[in-house]
Amino acid sequence: MTAPALPGALVNNPRLDRWVAFPAPGKVAIATGKVEIGQGVLTAMAQVAAEELGVAVERIAIASGDTDLTPNEGFTSGSQSMQFGGVALRHACAEVRALFLREAARVLGCDAATLAVRDGGIFRNGAPTGHDYWSLAGAVSLAQDATADALLKPTSNYTIVGRNSVRLDLPAKVFGQPAFIHDMVRDGMAHARVVRQPGRGATLESVDEAAIRRAAKGSIEFVKVGNFLAIVGREETAVDAAAVAAPNHVVWRGVEPRSPLQQEASWLLQQPSIDRTIGVPEPPASGRGRRRHEATYSKAHLAHASIAPSCALAEFCDGHLTVWTHAQGVYPLRTAIAQMLRLDPAAVSVRHLQGAGCYGHNGADDAAADAAVIATQLPGTPIRVRWRREEEFAFEPMAPAMVVKVGAVLDEAGRPVDWTAEIWSGTHSARPGSGNLLAAEALPDPPPVPQPSDPPEAGGGGATRNGDPLYDIPAKRIVHHLVPETPVRTSALRGLGAMPNVFAIECFLDELAQRAGQDPVQFRLAQLSDPRARRVIERVAAMAGWTPGLPAGTGRGRGIGFARYKNRAAYAAVVVELDVDETVHLRQVWCAADAGLVINPDGAINQLEGGIIQSASWVLKEQVRIDTAGVSSLDWETYPILRFSEVPEISIELLPSHGDAPLGVGEATAGPAAAAIGNAVSHALGARIRDLPLTRERIMATLLAQ
Amino acid sequence: MRCEQAMPSRYDFTVNGRAVGVAVEGEETPLLNVLRNALGLMGTRFGCGLEQCGCCMVLIDGEPAKSCARQIWSVAGKAVTTIEGIGTPDAPHPLQQAFIEEQAGQCGYCLSGILITAKALLDRNASPSRSEIAQALDDNLCRCGTHNRILRAVAKAAVRLREGAGR
Repeated sequence: MTAPALPGALVNNPRLDRWVAFPAPGKVAIATGKVEIGQGVLTAMAQVAAEELGVAVERIAIASGDTDLTPNEGFTSGSQSMQFGGVALRHACAEVRALFLREAARVLGCDAATLAVRDGGIFRNGAPTGHDYWSLAGAVSLAQDATADALLKPTSNYTIVGRNSVRLDLPAKVFGQPAFIHDMVRDGMAHARVVRQPGRGATLESVDEAAIRRAAKGSIEFVKVGNFLAIVGREETAVDAAAVAAPNHVVWRGVEPRSPLQQEASWLLQQPSIDRTIGVPEPPASGRGRRRHEATYSKAHLAHASIAPSCALAEFCDGHLTVWTHAQGVYPLRTAIAQMLRLDPAAVSVRHLQGAGCYGHNGADDAAADAAVIATQLPGTPIRVRWRREEEFAFEPMAPAMVVKVGAVLDEAGRPVDWTAEIWSGTHSARPGSGNLLAAEALPDPPPVPQPSDPPEAGGGGATRNGDPLYDIPAKRIVHHLVPETPVRTSALRGLGAMPNVFAIECFLDELAQRAGQDPVQFRLAQLSDPRARRVIERVAAMAGWTPGLPAGTGRGRGIGFARYKNRAAYAAVVVELDVDETVHLRQVWCAADAGLVINPDGAINQLEGGIIQSASWVLKEQVRIDTAGVSSLDWETYPILRFSEVPEISIELLPSHGDAPLGVGEATAGPAAAAIGNAVSHALGARIRDLPLTRERIMATLLAQ
Repeated sequence: MRCEQAMPSRYDFTVNGRAVGVAVEGEETPLLNVLRNALGLMGTRFGCGLEQCGCCMVLIDGEPAKSCARQIWSVAGKAVTTIEGIGTPDAPHPLQQAFIEEQAGQCGYCLSGILITAKALLDRNASPSRSEIAQALDDNLCRCGTHNRILRAVAKAAVRLREGAGR
């Protein structure tokens, strides 16, 4: 057994009773600060706890994301839940097990090393002792801090972790039970919709309440605080009808017009930016005499496009505000809501309930802020806010558009020896905590415009995420242009900058391979010494029956893409086969991944596959549209996503892991899949398209130019 | 001219085989709101309210229909089947069984509507091909990327239903 250092989440939340309790005979209560966002994390956490404690998974009940009950683990994001939160839970459970064994050894007068736990029962040299967690629970206090002294169960002894486990949350969803925050009902609850301020600084000039009441065809009331306007009523149908009609009966002043030019990523290149360089300095100009290649790639703003619009409930009773949300971080949201309403954080409880998959920072936090504002105006009445579809598309934070210009100096063999990635992007992080709630902007004394920033490199970076290629290139640098003012509010979407950066890097490598007259797979392997990276590329090539030298420009294409997410999470390589006529038809996808210690292999494969399909949708179809009035892609017809008949068959292999560290998988495939599609389209066309999405218009223009 | 605040009217229909009569203020009230708010049947989900995503799919006299914009007056006298009506944990429909076996879900928000559409498909086509299943589900959106598992689960349920019918 190995003695571990204490994981960060345990350092921040050291008390063991924050994590584990034995509330009743045969029952184990686990608490985690990570939340279920459709990725199956609670099932995996139950496996981790069951394994380390030595109990059946069925005994475990999990509380998650509750500021009154669970540890503060920040946000559930960045494919970090198992890599960090799961490891913390594992350590806490190991220590709890050790404390109980120590107590049992004392009672039995024996050496703890002779004792073991089997489904909660304590055994001595294989025989039951008559003691178990529950009989000893009164004698063992968990009101103490974790110490890092407990020994972890060796992974070679695992019987639960590493095996497929069925999703605990799935039956409720298959049988149509109340499973989502949208399904929550409180006694005396009122429905509410917000009449959104068109933009920061816009002021509410007039409201024709009578006209809105007529449209409601039912009883409604108005809540107005500064420039924050909401419609509230007992009948959801009336409230909805009023909300649909309201924008036509409200006059705003100070609305800043937008321009269709702003929907193109190239708009970023003309904007002021905050610049920095990471990596080795630019080589002297004399070094540029050698062969050089340069290409510029881009992607437009993307919507999270969660299948359900955001929803929240809030209740303000006796000076205490309780908020139910599907946001990714209950503690940061509590801080932000308390700040917005000038409440003591201790007077605010935030509880997580499941929403539809969010894939990042969507409207969840803002809907929670809406409900909180309204609830404090109507004390005693539980308020349910459910955004409208159009509202989610128009006002959720978007993934920023990005431009990535890659330039390389090449050696005699055509391989890069000096590499520069120049990246233009809005911020990838405007999560709550620094005044980023929409409702706050409409209240009197709005917070100042947040200082533009991006996640630090230590956190995996934002626009720069995966901007540094994993290949053996002697000199590399990233020039990051953070564009502070963007036409829409931007924040985190699955993988942040990883998808566009990997798309750029891996398409650029194919361009270099082509110039060098080499096969793309061989070209990559020739400059990649990381053995785990090589292994996923070699494996996916074998899975796909990759053969060098297939002719280009035939209408059928094959392409490969590879990345290690954040250069420190899971490795993934993807091969795509597709046909292109006027549009792209995906035929088959293969993926090989190395995710280290995998808790629930079926769950990991589900995540890897979901990442591939979502990425295919981004790359082939998605772009937030902007006209003079703002976002104009307000429904599923103007913001189409991949449909069932467009989804290819996908084969995924998880490679056996070395070592016992889990590596996050949720965001690992999006970049490689995007690049593989880009390279396959280029192979099929015999010409490169470097701007996403790969629409019919761009394909036709490329064909006509040939 | 329509009254500003209509008197509640009563509409009678059946839901999952049970006769219901609901009094609602507007004849334009969406069936979805009646199911969720008046009848407490939360299984039918709100997705867009624009008849574009399929989350709110129900069967009306056996035909799949989006309930989010389906006005209540048009349902009077008809038979509505929701996700709660096709099976329960104790007596699951073969589709529900297959979705659990294939672990065909991520966030699961779209599943109610997809199961309903799939049931309507299998009711009229006992052995659909992969592409026929995909075509039938094209009106249902899934954002998590669980499509292939869902296609496999529907195909598996079709086999089970055929085997059951053959016995």
